[in-house]
Amino acid sequence: MSNHSQAHPAHLQHHFVDSDQQFDAAKMGMWVFIVNEILFFGGLFCAYIVFRAWYPDLFTMAATKLDTTMGAINTVVLIGSSLSVAMAIRAAQLNKTKWIKINLLITITLACVFLVIKYFEYSHKMHDGIFPGATLYTYEGIDHPLAHVFFSIYYVMTGIHAIHIIVGIGLMIWIYIRAKRNEFGSEYYTPVEMVGLYWHLVDVIWIFLFPLLYLIE
Amino acid sequence: MDRLFEFMLPEAKSPTADSTDALFHFINEVSLVLLIGITFALIYFAIKYRRRSEDDETPVITHNNTLEITWSVVPLLICFVIFGWGYTGWLNLKSVPDNAYEIQVNGFKWGWNVKYANGAQTLNEIHVPEGRPVKIVLQSSDVLHSFFVPDYRVKHDVVPGRYTYVWFEAEEAGESIVFCTEYCGTGHSDMLAKVIVHTEEDFQTWLEKNGGGVSGTPVEQGEQLVQLQGCTTCHSDDGTRLIGPSFKGLWESEETLSDGSTVTVDENYLRESILNPGAKIVESYDNVMTPYEGRISDEEITNIIEYLKTLK
Amino acid sequence: MATAEVSNKKTLKVQRFKPSDNPSNTYLTDEKGVWAWMTTVDHKKIGIMYLVAVAIFFAVGGALALLLRTELMTPAKTFIEADTYNQLFTLHGAIMVFFVLVPSIPAALGNFIMPMQLGAKDVAFPKLNLASFYIYVAGAIFTFIALAQHGLDTGWTFYTPYSTESSSSVIWVTMGVFILGFSSILTGTNFITTIHKMRAPGITWGKLPLNVWALYATSIIQVLATPVLAITVLLLTMERWLGFGIFDPALGGDPVLFQHFFWFYSHPAVYIMIVPGFGIISEVISTFSKKTVFGYWAIALSSLAIAFIGFLVWGHHMFTSGQSAVATTVFSFLTFLVGIPTGIKIFNWIATLYKGSIKMDTPMIYVFIFLFLFSIGGFTGIMLGALSVDIHLHDTYYVVAHFHYVMMGGTLIALLAGLHFWWPKMTGKLYNEKLAKIASVFIFVGFNVTFLPQFVMGAQGMPRRYYNYVDQFTAFHQTSTIGSYLLGVGFLIILYYLMHSLFKGAKSPANPWGSRGLEWQATSPPDFHNFDHTPVVIHGPYDYHQPMEEFQLGLAVDTNGHDSETAKEVVDKEREQWKNYSLG
Repeated sequence: MSNHSQAHPAHLQHHFVDSDQQFDAAKMGMWVFIVNEILFFGGLFCAYIVFRAWYPDLFTMAATKLDTTMGAINTVVLIGSSLSVAMAIRAAQLNKTKWIKINLLITITLACVFLVIKYFEYSHKMHDGIFPGATLYTYEGIDHPLAHVFFSIYYVMTGIHAIHIIVGIGLMIWIYIRAKRNEFGSEYYTPVEMVGLYWHLVDVIWIFLFPLLYLIE
Repeated sequence: MDRLFEFMLPEAKSPTADSTDALFHFINEVSLVLLIGITFALIYFAIKYRRRSEDDETPVITHNNTLEITWSVVPLLICFVIFGWGYTGWLNLKSVPDNAYEIQVNGFKWGWNVKYANGAQTLNEIHVPEGRPVKIVLQSSDVLHSFFVPDYRVKHDVVPGRYTYVWFEAEEAGESIVFCTEYCGTGHSDMLAKVIVHTEEDFQTWLEKNGGGVSGTPVEQGEQLVQLQGCTTCHSDDGTRLIGPSFKGLWESEETLSDGSTVTVDENYLRESILNPGAKIVESYDNVMTPYEGRISDEEITNIIEYLKTLK
Repeated sequence: MATAEVSNKKTLKVQRFKPSDNPSNTYLTDEKGVWAWMTTVDHKKIGIMYLVAVAIFFAVGGALALLLRTELMTPAKTFIEADTYNQLFTLHGAIMVFFVLVPSIPAALGNFIMPMQLGAKDVAFPKLNLASFYIYVAGAIFTFIALAQHGLDTGWTFYTPYSTESSSSVIWVTMGVFILGFSSILTGTNFITTIHKMRAPGITWGKLPLNVWALYATSIIQVLATPVLAITVLLLTMERWLGFGIFDPALGGDPVLFQHFFWFYSHPAVYIMIVPGFGIISEVISTFSKKTVFGYWAIALSSLAIAFIGFLVWGHHMFTSGQSAVATTVFSFLTFLVGIPTGIKIFNWIATLYKGSIKMDTPMIYVFIFLFLFSIGGFTGIMLGALSVDIHLHDTYYVVAHFHYVMMGGTLIALLAGLHFWWPKMTGKLYNEKLAKIASVFIFVGFNVTFLPQFVMGAQGMPRRYYNYVDQFTAFHQTSTIGSYLLGVGFLIILYYLMHSLFKGAKSPANPWGSRGLEWQATSPPDFHNFDHTPVVIHGPYDYHQPMEEFQLGLAVDTNGHDSETAKEVVDKEREQWKNYSLG
């Protein structure tokens, strides 16, 4: 049975029939996971919508404490990183291993820039006594009894988003190492594409967070 | 009416109950018919079509659209009827008649404080006149409770931070039990009250007698207050250990707190323990008491302390 | 044996693979030892590990229930304090819901059976499958830490502000539930992908076993609802820890909002628990009637209908909560709509029995018990959906009885049906049929004696979660307690004969029930790779009018999963040409 003795690719797991099935399965699984993530953030967006409908003035007042410039820079940074991760996938499809690595490094750098800016935003607020939750919140510059609720929502939304960024950096370091071992090429680049999809999701969530939290008038 | 499922419900004592009961019986009867049908079909098929040999051939019956439509649409129509019936009954429970007599009921851990328009107050007893719609306005001073009078088929959650209400019309003089039906901790199952229905005359007499709330010397007032505020639900006056420390012998005693320090019971300690009970917890007790901040006046606190001093 | 390239062939060569009744190699003989089990990615072993874990939790939850019932023998204190009682009912609820009912059928039986019913070697993401088991274990550890500290006394529903003020270890449990949620999400994600992408040649959507359809609907709910639970318990944790002010009125939050968040998950969650049970009923009823399932599409699609409508009815838990009147009206209306697909299923199952060849073996007995108990559960659900009546019945023992009829009379009885049905497949052993029938009588009688009185006392006004009760309910409570002991005895008998079968049971043939299902065309217990060939399916799983040998087909060439031809091409070709297949 010569036709079956041909070596199957190293990346193919035993329970799949072939690479196509493996790729399809991975992609489908990833999309289901993304639906999951959307629902997860959806719960937070619901809390946001409800409180914004109840206390519109609170949101307009409190949003002025957020640094729109820093938020805008972060938006640009994340969009740039989405571009570079897309280019990494393209490079894999075209078998340009070197460019996979370069684009991944760019993405990782941009992700770190995002976190650094976020750090400055957080530390500035905490310096003023703006903490999530009534227990720690001490800032008195916002004349509303529920000011802490806005910042609870702000911190939990951006905080969970930031955790996603950190996870994304970890994933990209992992596929960078694998790319260095020349594991990816036009034949097999599923992990690169999956991490790319994840990263786009993280980016899209930020694109909703930015106007909803920072740009309230 | 002599109905099949009458035994399941307590006797109805308010006109608001009629529609509810009728629907309850209707659903039970329809369900019983269907259940008997299903059970009969199961048993009949199991016997009639029992396996006679391992080589039995069975016919290929994949589906039947007429049947599928019938057993989808008929139950759907029945459900529409039930929905409409339940909806109108519920609207009736929501629409309070204009002439309703209003009573304020405050749920707390664990009791019901009742206030009437003329200042009368009671604990765990709701006095109402017969034959007149009564609106109970509910509020909570701590966690969720729920006000349930089975005899009147009314129930509503008591939610901290908002007002809710129920209404009923007691048909004749007598008593009905009130349950708390939203879980609220240790004393949840003891959070009972009574609706006491008087004839119109008796009710007016009762109101006049109790109007104006607490009265008498400070000590007498304090004694009435610890009853009305529900203090005695958790604190005994004879040394018995309940959910909280007993009042007996409390004054000027030395108490060990949960953090190991000791405190002498004086005016300031008692005042703090009423307004903010979580601040100092006596050893071996839990922090479960509702803070009375904003619910009790300075004068009332003073009177309560005067009363506690007498419980040697 | 065909030797040429499959892709060059005009017709697809298939061959009969009759499963051996005495397999030399099974998944139990491969990879032996504790470490091999703990690190296995085999869906069958993971399924067994889930089954053991669920059984342990069920024993704990059941023991708690018996303690609760014993305490309720007398109206006042019988032998435990009110605070202990409150902790016990909270744990009984939380353990039974989160650790037993949610994972029971999908993660235990589903994991084992579903890939086999698809003719796949494993689920799409085997490592993820193992990970989800360990996440489940991690969630359990958090819960046990809570027990070792101050326990939990909030009720399994965690209603605020009680849960934000309670002095028990709420955070440990909410974090446990948060973690547990991911286990459920991963299982759901895995199953959806597996069902879409891992089907053997010839398994079209119209030939998918109804068990798989049910698991598919379940997985959709798991994926869509569980993240919202995760975010809810996360916010609750933050509320307690930092005083977020979203759910606690003292800090500016709204307790009714918490209930909306909570029930948005927890209502669909009841369908996560019951819908997989529907799948088992369909499989068993067809096998033991030796007959095509009546209304295949009606049963398959009603599961999906339940999954979707189930998302729109959460507010019926809140008719007395103070939610808006419009919401209450709409939720009541939609509640009736979700009852219809469930009714359709029951009628179709009964129609399946018509002119069948019915054998009342233990799995079938449980199906009959299911149909009776679940019907009562359904009717009382309609009762609770009716607005004015619900006002009276809400939070009474009527509700307690209703959800035990649905969850225990439904899900758990279906689980017992499935367990007895697939036990020979999973273990390769037969159990003592006589003892099994005796146990089923205990379960049926015990269940009704326990829960029927609760309908009556609930309607008479007995509120739930009561440690003390007024004297008029004493007789009902005592009857109920005696019933619970009967139930306990029933489960002990089951435990006994299943353990006996495991160690001393007779050897089971590959297909003891004469089922046409694909999982029965593997050996009992199955091979490590389920099938040592790629199965080819030409008939639906309920085509009892077709000869058994036509259900035992596989690709004639030894593909072993490494063939160059894609499954999709095989399916496409097979669809065109199955009439020309040749038995090799």
